[in-house]
Amino acid sequence: MSDRTLAPLGRRLVELTQAKQVGAYRLMTCCDPDGPLPQAGQFYMLCATDGWGGGEQERPFLPRPYSYLRASGENSELSFIFEDVGPGSHVLGSLQPPAKLWLMGPLGIGFWRPDDDRRALLVGGGIGLAPLAAWQTELADQANAVALLGFRGTAHADAAHLLRDPQIATDDGSVGHHGLVTELLESELDRDSHATVYACGPPRMLEAVRLLCERRAIPAQLAMESTMACGFGACFGCVVPTRDGYLRLCVDGPVIDAARVQTALEGSDQ
Amino acid sequence: MSLGSPGPAAVDFCGLSLAGPIINGSGTFDAIAALRVFGDGLLEAFPFDAYVSKTITLAPRQGNRPPRLWEAGAGLINSIGLPNKGLEGYLRDDLPILTRLPVPLITNVMGHSHAEIGELVSTVGSYDQVAAIEINVSCPNVDSGLVMGADPAETAALVSHVRGLTNKPLIIKLTPNATDVAAVALAAQEAGADAVSLINTLRAMALHPKTSEPWLGGKTGGLSGPAVRSIALAQVYEVAQRISIPIVGIGGVQSGDDALNLLKAGATVVAVGTESFRDPTAGSRIGAELAAISRKERE
Ligand SMILES: Cc1cc2nc3c(=O)[nH]c(=O)nc-3n(C[C@H](O)[C@H](O)[C@H](O)COP(=O)(O)OP(=O)(O)OC[C@H]3O[C@@H](n4cnc5c(N)ncnc54)[C@H](O)[C@@H]3O)c2cc1C
Ligand SMILES: Cc1cc2nc3c(=O)[nH]c(=O)nc-3n(C[C@H](O)[C@H](O)[C@H](O)COP(=O)(O)O)c2cc1C
Ligand code: FES
Repeated sequence: MSDRTLAPLGRRLVELTQAKQVGAYRLMTCCDPDGPLPQAGQFYMLCATDGWGGGEQERPFLPRPYSYLRASGENSELSFIFEDVGPGSHVLGSLQPPAKLWLMGPLGIGFWRPDDDRRALLVGGGIGLAPLAAWQTELADQANAVALLGFRGTAHADAAHLLRDPQIATDDGSVGHHGLVTELLESELDRDSHATVYACGPPRMLEAVRLLCERRAIPAQLAMESTMACGFGACFGCVVPTRDGYLRLCVDGPVIDAARVQTALEGSDQ
Repeated sequence: MSLGSPGPAAVDFCGLSLAGPIINGSGTFDAIAALRVFGDGLLEAFPFDAYVSKTITLAPRQGNRPPRLWEAGAGLINSIGLPNKGLEGYLRDDLPILTRLPVPLITNVMGHSHAEIGELVSTVGSYDQVAAIEINVSCPNVDSGLVMGADPAETAALVSHVRGLTNKPLIIKLTPNATDVAAVALAAQEAGADAVSLINTLRAMALHPKTSEPWLGGKTGGLSGPAVRSIALAQVYEVAQRISIPIVGIGGVQSGDDALNLLKAGATVVAVGTESFRDPTAGSRIGAELAAISRKERE
């Protein structure tokens, strides 16, 4: 038995079927008939067929990792959501159906169910909502699962509806709680601490969640990020420090037991 | 080659019979991790005609602190720092799995002294599963302070020291960060090397866009990918003029044409590195493209 859904060998050309703006983010759906159904928290390496691989603009050159937001076995649809933060996401964001793109995956190890009856607390920061939406779908049988999402402001919080019944926090107070998503997490844990935390977001938020869970002895799984060149364990470039030494996030993560993580900050420039 | 289209003709590479001329660059394809990700299907469609393992050292190494990667113009700067399980870990954990690969295994080693490299070569060479040994000479010799592959006399001394320790073919992986790479290659040949491989990555760096401090955890790193292709071609060409032992041509290969250029410049086999990051089956594709070009040329 493998600890993950295996990827077909090599990248494959898939067709973009939908691309639209969701507030500050871009939502992209493609049709992936040859891929297996992934597990929440797994990711794909994506790149466009044109304007990628060097040449005039120099970057992007390497494919970029993206968690999937939704996967449907029925019509082989795979959705991603991302923000324009650099040349790679910019090229992906400019694609219109029926453009083709290269995709490889599913990759990595996703979230796993705890072997106890703790309720699920999904904690997202910004675009970190992507794998959490997938996880919420997989946890559909858990009525008491709660999603807590933090955003910069209204434009970003627009994407909150991609999850069921989320509690929202914004930095500017324009939507929901005025403050940090970790404050929502504190009050949820005060209410009922028999929970497992599943978190994804920027390094500083993940580190805050990690410290909070450590202090309160709450089990947590962190979907982490690092710069990746390959996504399949070939380059050793994506390591994060853990209590067992450096770990390749693409093959031994991106979801990691928080108890193994030393810091969610190293390697980030934030 | 396990490909849809017929692969190129068999290649004799210092006594190893390879089904084709495409291998991987050390440290750019971890077959063991790839088996975890893609499953055993990898064995049926293995992208390379020989497999070169990541550099191993006597003692285990953690590697450099992150960040380890910087995407450059048409290339990649890495400061990975040769993380590996050490000789014992390699023999215990990795070798049994690598034996499952359908192609000959070349083990890449590196050490900080003649004694260290000697121990690696004689131990690794004693295993039947290992078809050849590649020595990465991009590292300073702690006894002389000189980078072993940067100086012809240093290289000659090293190769002479290890030559008698194994009957397996010895490939010297040259560093491009040397004044006269061809002189180093010639010294390796004269001291008994069976082949040389080049190029390794070129010393490079990037500054943090916000702080202007070095971006990479190891401060400097090595540049690879299309950005180094023409440098690789020049170095392979130059080395080929001076030596008669086979050459593994490496550097920025993305297509059958790129591979063909290195072969025409004097290489016997070609290694694919960074391109495999973009597509793990790049080796198969490049092999097929090369075979198609050769067929056309014959017609
Ligand atoms: C497993 C995983 C899942 C992810 N899922 C999502 C997702 O669902 N949605 C989403 O929006 N994002 C996701 N990301 C992040 C996403 O992969 C990055 O935002 C994307 O790679 C950015 O590429 P870019 O070219 O647009 O930006 P880049 O220019 O690559 O900038 C992104 C960051 O990289 C660094 N950087 C800048 N220049 C360079 C350079 N030359 N070389 C190396 N690093 C540089 C800086 O820290 C910068 O802030 C995920 C990441 C991982 C690891
Ligand atoms: C991430 C990375 C790791 C590497 N690790 C090793 C290594 O362990 N040993 C070695 O001899 N060369 C190593 N190399 C060098 C490659 O084998 C190759 O010589 C170089 O990348 C040039 O080829 P390319 O342009 O096709 O990548 C590494 C290169 C990269 C990009
Ligand atoms: S991204 Fe290459 S090893 Fe993880």
